[in-house]
Formats: sequence, C-alpha cells, structure tokens
Amino acid sequence: MFIREIYTMKTSFRQEMMIKGYSFGKGSKAACILGSSRGNEIQQMYVCSQLVRALKELEANNCINSNKEILVIPVINNTSMNEGKRFFGESNLDINRNFPGRENADAVSRIADGVFQVIKEYSYGMQFTSFYLQGEFVPHVRMMETGYQNASLANLFGLPYVLVKKPLPIDTATLNYNWQSEMTAAFSVYANQTERIDEDSARQAVAAVLRFLKRMGIIKYESHSGYISHVIMEEELCDVKAGTGGIFRRLVKTGEDVRYKAAMAEILDPYEGAVKEIITAPTDGIVFFSHTNPLIGQFDTAYQLIHRLHE
Amino acid sequence: METVVEIELAVGEKLSVKRNRIMPLKAEDKGKRISIVSGIHGDELEGQYVCYEVARRVSEHPDKLHGIVDIYPALNPMGLETAQRFVPNLNVDMNSIFPGKKDGNMIERVAAAVVESIAGSDVCIDVHASDRSVKEIPQVRLSETFAQRLLPYAKLMNVDMIWMNATATVHESTLAYSMNLLGVPTLVVEMGLGMRITRSFGNQVTEGIFNLMKEIGIWSGEVKQTQFPVVSTDGEVEFIRAKEEGVFLPCIAHNHYVHEGDLIGQIVDSYTGKTKQEIRAKKDGLIFTLREYPLVYKGALLARILMDIEHM
Repeated sequence: MFIREIYTMKTSFRQEMMIKGYSFGKGSKAACILGSSRGNEIQQMYVCSQLVRALKELEANNCINSNKEILVIPVINNTSMNEGKRFFGESNLDINRNFPGRENADAVSRIADGVFQVIKEYSYGMQFTSFYLQGEFVPHVRMMETGYQNASLANLFGLPYVLVKKPLPIDTATLNYNWQSEMTAAFSVYANQTERIDEDSARQAVAAVLRFLKRMGIIKYESHSGYISHVIMEEELCDVKAGTGGIFRRLVKTGEDVRYKAAMAEILDPYEGAVKEIITAPTDGIVFFSHTNPLIGQFDTAYQLIHRLHE
Repeated sequence: METVVEIELAVGEKLSVKRNRIMPLKAEDKGKRISIVSGIHGDELEGQYVCYEVARRVSEHPDKLHGIVDIYPALNPMGLETAQRFVPNLNVDMNSIFPGKKDGNMIERVAAAVVESIAGSDVCIDVHASDRSVKEIPQVRLSETFAQRLLPYAKLMNVDMIWMNATATVHESTLAYSMNLLGVPTLVVEMGLGMRITRSFGNQVTEGIFNLMKEIGIWSGEVKQTQFPVVSTDGEVEFIRAKEEGVFLPCIAHNHYVHEGDLIGQIVDSYTGKTKQEIRAKKDGLIFTLREYPLVYKGALLARILMDIEHM
C-alpha cells in the first residue's frame, strides 16, 4: 500500500486540505472506491476506512491480483467534517453536485476536477454516498440510467437490491453520472446510515465491495456469495407520505415485509402527545427507505416500499 | 393576500407561500397579467425592494393599471427568514426542483403550486440577487434556448446588461426554464449582493418593470427614460480568478470602466503583510462583477469584465 496525494488546496488560516488516496497493487487501474464527499457522511468514511484495513491485509497476503491497482479515497471533504457541515466552505456547495469540475474555477469545482482527473481512468468506480432526505435504506447499489449503466454488473456486489434511477437535470453533475460518461462502470453504494456508524451495514458494505472485486478478478478472496440482487427502477417504488406534521413514531423498519393496510407509523401531536395520524401501508411490500428523524412534516416521505415484493 | 400553497410543518407552523394580486379598477382591464417573483434563494434580498416598489407605485396610481400584477416576494419563506440560500432542513436548492410534483414531497408540491399559479401570466420576472461573495450590476440572464423569444422583453428592463450565458440560474429545473417551457416569457434578473438591498439597483429594475408593463399594455402611468443594455455572450466576458489564497482587497469600485493594466485589487497575507497577487485588467472593459467577500481560495471569482463596449 502507498498513500497518494490526490488533491491539495491551500487555505489562509487552516491546514492545507489534502485528499488522500490509498493505493493497493500495481498495474492497470482496475477499481476506485470513494467515501464521503459531504461533511456528514460518517458511515461512508467508516466503510472506506474498513476497506483500507481489509485491503492492506489482503495485499500483505499477496491477494491483489497481478497488474491490478485499487485506489481507495476514504474522504474527499474532511474540512466540512471538522466543521460539522454537510456542504463545503463559505459557499456551502455540494462537491457531489459539481462533477466533473473545472480546473480554473472556484474551490468546489476545482476539488471535483482534481479528484475526477485521477479517478476517471479506473475501470470500476464505487462511491459510498447518502440521500438528501434523513433516513435509512436497505443496503443497495444505485446507478443512473445513462445508457451506459450495467445492472447485471451491479448484481455482483451481492447486495439485496440494485436500484436504477432516471437522472434529473440536477443529477448530471453527480460523480456517478460523470463517471459513467467516462466509461467507468460506476456504482453508488448505500450503506444504511449517514451521520452515525452502523457496524452491521458497514460490514455488509465492505463484504459487498470485496465480493465484487473478487468476481471481477481483481483480488483473491473467499467470500459468501451474497444475494442474487433484485433490480428495481426508482419510479416503481411506492412512496408513503405523511398526511400531517408532528412527531414521527416508527412502527416498522427498513427491510421489513409489510401487508396492505398494516400500521407503519404514528404521527403524534407535538404539543399534546395524542396520535394525529396512523400511516398505513398502501400496498404489500418491503420497506426500502424509512424516515428516521423524530419530526416529520406534511407530505414528507415516511417510507418507500418495494411494491408487492415479499421476503 | 392569497395563499398559493400551505403545508403543515412538524411543530406548530405552516409553510405558506403567498401572493399579492393587485387588480385593475376596470373589469375590461383584467385580460393581461404580470408576475413578479423573488426569494427562491433565501439569502437573496434584492427582490424584496423591487416587489415593494412595484406594489407601492401600482397602489398609488390604481387608475393607471390595466392588467393584473401578481407579486410573490417569498417563494422560500423559511430560507428568507433564516438567511439560508437553500430550503432549511432539506438543504435543497429550490431552483433545482422545478416544475415540482403535485404528489411529491413538501418542496416539490410548493414548486408545482407556484408553477400552476404563475401559469397564464403574460410575462414573469424572477428577481435574484448575487450570492454573498460577488456584487453584480443589474442584468437579465437568458438561457440560449429561449434567448430569441425573450430578448425583446429583456431590452425593456432598464438593466445594464443582458447576458446570454450558460449558468445554472437560467437552466433546466429552474423556475424560469419551467415557465418558459410552459409559454410564459420569464426573465431572470440578477443584481447587487446577497443579504443586502442595493436601492439604486432596485429602483433601476423597478423602472424597467414599469417600462415593460407599459409596453405590453398593463400600465399607462409615467415611466422615466430607460436605457439600452449591452447584450453579451460568454465570449465577451473576462473572468478574473484568484491565483493565491488569502484576503482580497479591491482597488476599484464596482460598475466602473477599467483600462488594460489598471489595478483591480490585491490578494494579501494578513500574517506577513505581504501582497501575494496583484490583479490587473488584461483588457479595457466594465467591471460588472466584483468580489465583496474578502477571503478567497485559489480559483475564487474576483471580478468579471465586460469587454468590447464603449466607455460612456
């Protein structure tokens, strides 16, 4: 293993911002794994740090195949992490909405460009990322429908689900979209949590990446076969919305199988404590996403269900 | 005051977007409509003054009004109240989710309701300020997709400049793009600075709005003489960026003409007292953008110069 400087940026009053990459093996640029690009993506950083640990051990045991190089960048945006902010700097911009970036531009765009110039040449790209809504997902691999996406390859992670999303105009500046445009087979991996560490889903995420690397002939590794993933189009997910605002009391969790009309959550009056609304399942299905914030507003997404799928 | 959309927040409050509809006195004048919107970004306050001035002047001379004036000062009310550019809690740029969704989440429904409410207007003006970093002269920004259709309206707006460019403010998923797609000619006005009101710029744009209203037959009151803007494309604009991190000290005033070699500003080091970079104009032109927030990283925008224009 050796540590590479991926990008550095001087600041006036703080230590230089340095994006570090951990490189394993030598030869063709086989796979790149990216952690947190936002300051609150703690779980994403944690998963990558555990991957660095695992790959270090594999490399010491000569388990990185010849002519294969793996690059892991656990953290892009460490400055925002230290500030306790999701987005970058005074401009409060999202690095993951500024790809592919530009060299001669403002800080966020330069950072994106600096990272992208290094990672765009890898054959496989994996990014641990988070959703803008606070909540938890079942672990899954997500990819944009760019025309270059390959859901069959995403299956090889062995996670329960692969979700394909039609990109909105705003998505065209994400890393996943731009990686695919550069012909990297790109996957976003969602590991359940964002702001807190969930050991179980982190272990599952590390195992999924190692399984994928093994199946692509990049490492030697004995792993469980994992799941045969169920592929879902994002528009097929059934949104379950809150009809009213208040305190959100969750009755079911992600991954649970629910039946039509089953109670999924209660919304309590924040002043009087009484139940204002019982959210019921509009269909049979498996809970794919769950709101976790104790407060909820009217029409916020409380859950997303995979319609008519059972365990 | 009418409620465009109202959604219950978690604790004892409703998010409410409102519009003030000012009707003409005569029933036969109700055919045409102009919508003035602002406050999509909560840290941009220049539009508050424009909305106030339009409402004030129309209300003072109701007999001169021959159409409907709809004023929406606060499309992102929580952002405005907290000086946050994005929608608080969601951290979402409201101007990236239009046309919204009628059955979507809170902010998607707000966007959809706003679009539905503005639809049918004869013209819409979306007033923005710059961000907190740089100050801008009054300008209309047009997306190339709709430029030819919008240019005649933009020329009436009494702005200093019409910029046909490729910035996100005029692109897909914005309110302006959605409204233009629906056939409502919608102009994006940018001016001033985030978190501030520049009254002179506000007066200038307000005059332009009345000029436009007069031209399309909504207003018969007095309109002062307006100016012809410079029409520019990206190719005529020089971007000046920081080559060093540090503290930027401007040496010239915003909205001034500079000659090649003129000192625009310095980037200095406050520890050592040294100048790290002197920034000079490479060509003659108008400083239409100038940095106000002093701390810069390498690459930060310091100024923009509009070239190939006559010094008035």
